[in-house]
Amino acid sequence: MEQVIDIVLLAFMVVVALAMIHLRNLFAVVMLSGIFSLLSAALFVVMDAVDVAFTEAAVGAGISTVLMLGTLALTAREESPRPRRHALLPLAVVTVTGAALIYGTLDMPHFGDPDAPIHQHVAPRYIVDSPREVGPPNMVTSVLASYRGYDTLGETTVIFTAGMGVMVLLGGLRSRRRKRRDPASPGSDTGETRP
Amino acid sequence: MRTHSVLRTSTKLLMPPIMLFALYVQFHGDYGPGGGFQAGVIFAVAFILFTLIFGPARARRVAPEWVTTPMCALGVLLYAGVGVATMLLGGTYLDYNMLAHDPHHGQHLGILLVELGVGLTVWAVMVTIFLTFVERHAQREAAADPDAEEDGHA
Repeated sequence: MEQVIDIVLLAFMVVVALAMIHLRNLFAVVMLSGIFSLLSAALFVVMDAVDVAFTEAAVGAGISTVLMLGTLALTAREESPRPRRHALLPLAVVTVTGAALIYGTLDMPHFGDPDAPIHQHVAPRYIVDSPREVGPPNMVTSVLASYRGYDTLGETTVIFTAGMGVMVLLGGLRSRRRKRRDPASPGSDTGETRP
Repeated sequence: MRTHSVLRTSTKLLMPPIMLFALYVQFHGDYGPGGGFQAGVIFAVAFILFTLIFGPARARRVAPEWVTTPMCALGVLLYAGVGVATMLLGGTYLDYNMLAHDPHHGQHLGILLVELGVGLTVWAVMVTIFLTFVERHAQREAAADPDAEEDGHA
């Protein structure tokens, strides 16, 4: 039964991905990418990875979609039409890469195999020792915040850096005030003809 | 948005539960799914919803720049500071056992503080990015049409 749900969700994801490639209306593409995230969140729930599903639903389906819509408001709603030409080289590259990836999966352990290396490395230790060593009933929190505290610090720093980058690039902080006083400064690239 | 009374009223009704749920996700992460990342995002969603309905100018009154900008750094500093504190207490970096006499209490306190740091940074960065985008848009609209109100809610 679980596998049927998996297959249905994965099939939906393929359909959504194909629709995203075909559509030229970027608003629809953004909405579909939100749906894609929500489908993968559902897939994670089926796999009992509720923490990941939660993050995917909140960040992927929620915030990313809103930020993409914000970007669309600043750019354009339609993708500019590209001249149709036969792209044989890219097609060959994609086919070969896809075939290599599928060939690579042949050697991988089966889906959900308890003997897979990933389940035999540190996972048993976390499962056996984390209630004694760390405490919280949610082992994901133990791993995320305690065993892998350095990684999470790095992730937080990445988010901080992203925020700073957007502020600097999109004229937060002081540069905005300067622009307001001098609207014809070289930094203002609004692309609008001013009255 | 003045005329959309249904949207305005439902936003006002939705905001407290969203924020309360974010706090629940933040502080209940030890016991159920969730943690700082998810909680920060959900808390930011409340502000984003507010901005969509009431405009960036009023949102900036609730989350002014002098709060959100330092908050981005404060979360990371809180996280890194916990590591420095455990070092000063005689342990290694981010060894929460040092924070209390009982290692379990120390771990609990350490995880709580660290997740709080993550939540603060994620919330502040999400609100900052969104408001920067929206303000930029409002600025452009104002540049294209000088008679229009800049904040969009009037």
